[in-house]
Amino acid sequence: MRIFLALILLLTLGAARDPILVPEVSQHEIQVRQGFTGTELLLFGAILNPDGTRAARSYDIVVVLKGPVRSIILREKAKVAGVWINADSTEFRSAPTFFAVASSRPIKDIVDDRTAAIYELGLPWLQLSPIGAIDPAEQTRFSAGLVDLMQRQTLYQQNETAVTVSAGVLYQARIKLPSTVQTGTYTAETFAISRGKVVAASSTTVEVRKLGFERFVARAADQQSLWYGLFAVVMSVAMGWLAGRLFALI
Amino acid sequence: MDVYLPIANLSVNGLVIVGLGGLMGILSGMFGVGGGFLTTPLLIFYGVPPTVAAASAASQVTGASVSGVFAHTRRGGVDYQMGGVLVAGGVLGTLVGAGLFRILQELGQIDTVINLLYVIMLGSIGGLMASESVQSLRAMKTGRPLPARKRRHHPMVANLPFRWRFYRSGLYISPLAPLLLGFVSGILTMLLGIGGGFIMVPAMLYLLGMSASVVVGTSLFQILFVTMIATMTHALTTKAVDIVLALLLLIGSVAGAQIGAQFAQKARPEYLRLALAAIVLLVALRLALGLGFRPDEIYAISPL
Repeated sequence: MRIFLALILLLTLGAARDPILVPEVSQHEIQVRQGFTGTELLLFGAILNPDGTRAARSYDIVVVLKGPVRSIILREKAKVAGVWINADSTEFRSAPTFFAVASSRPIKDIVDDRTAAIYELGLPWLQLSPIGAIDPAEQTRFSAGLVDLMQRQTLYQQNETAVTVSAGVLYQARIKLPSTVQTGTYTAETFAISRGKVVAASSTTVEVRKLGFERFVARAADQQSLWYGLFAVVMSVAMGWLAGRLFALI
Repeated sequence: MDVYLPIANLSVNGLVIVGLGGLMGILSGMFGVGGGFLTTPLLIFYGVPPTVAAASAASQVTGASVSGVFAHTRRGGVDYQMGGVLVAGGVLGTLVGAGLFRILQELGQIDTVINLLYVIMLGSIGGLMASESVQSLRAMKTGRPLPARKRRHHPMVANLPFRWRFYRSGLYISPLAPLLLGFVSGILTMLLGIGGGFIMVPAMLYLLGMSASVVVGTSLFQILFVTMIATMTHALTTKAVDIVLALLLLIGSVAGAQIGAQFAQKARPEYLRLALAAIVLLVALRLALGLGFRPDEIYAISPL
């Protein structure tokens, strides 16, 4: 009996050690319509003990927002006979169209490289799935090139001060999405990390979609390309003609 | 004024795009060039994806040329017969150009080929025009007229079989020559996303020897049809025509084309030609430097 009680106590204690994450996103749907210039997503939530009390220890929070992945070919320019041309190339099967990491402290102070690589915590740990066998050095060069290019377009971000934790309970992170974001399903993952270990993780999705006129145009261009093209031609001819008539009157 | 472009997936300042269209329209009306050779690079510079830029610029050139064709028709500046032959060649050229485009795209060398073509053509044509207009300007200054230029077509053109009479152009030549010219410009339209006017105008003047009064109007007429076909080809194959972008460019360019056409009638043709030569040479120089200097972006992404 005593052993049994001790066991229960141990179990509950053990459970109590793993906190729960209650994450939320400011918008579950981002509407891309006329005048869209990008948006700011607020990812917030609470970290609690299972019994609802404030977590005894302080945790580090890392938030990862990842856009839909696509297969790409990445070309590298080199100078050949005095002219810069595309020389080398490699293919990646799963390059995210958007990737943002926000944390409260530099990632390298929170977890070791191995854990960071497993959970994709940080831009150096992106899993891009290169196609074909290429040597690691070359692969690293290409992925660094891709990350650098996307980072300058603010489509890849790593902000190590973007998460604030108040009173050890509430955390919040802001991630900016530029107007060039692709439509699709984005996943927002939140990790609570303590002593280099991920103790709680939770994920939610954000849908980016075109609406109204933008959605209509994108669909027409894709599915009714003949009519779309004809419309573009008729529109340009009509506008040119109209201007001609108007100016003839003047 | 922020406008979201649904195909380019990007938000731009609408007024900048309208202004850009207006500038191209003025060039188009003044010189009979489509202005595509400037629109496409400027749009890419502004952040619009290259394919979308080329596809949408084509429809802008259509609008500007309609406007220009009307302006020139009013003063009888279009040789429809010659234009028809050029268009026929242009259609064939567009189809061949679309095939070439795909091959080069698969090889990953389309950008380099486009840039090299631009540099070679703009450089040589700009140089030719500049030296000619400088000569005629010097002649004007000294008061000594140049030996009257014999408005003659190139000897090679004269050797072609079957001759047709092109009354408005004042020519009695084989239709094969303009057909070939149209064919070349069709290929260039597809590859470079331009109307090809800056090649057509000098070629019509110096190779075919057309009467100068119908050159600009007829060139615009040909550009009109070739760009219409190019827009359709893009809509069906690359699906990269952004109607919102095209509309913004059109608003500016149709108005600009009218202003340009009116200006062209007042300005002295020698100065006009020198100004166009200067613009063409500047663009060529910029592109040539771009080929030689280390580019800002070493890496480029394209979807698989």
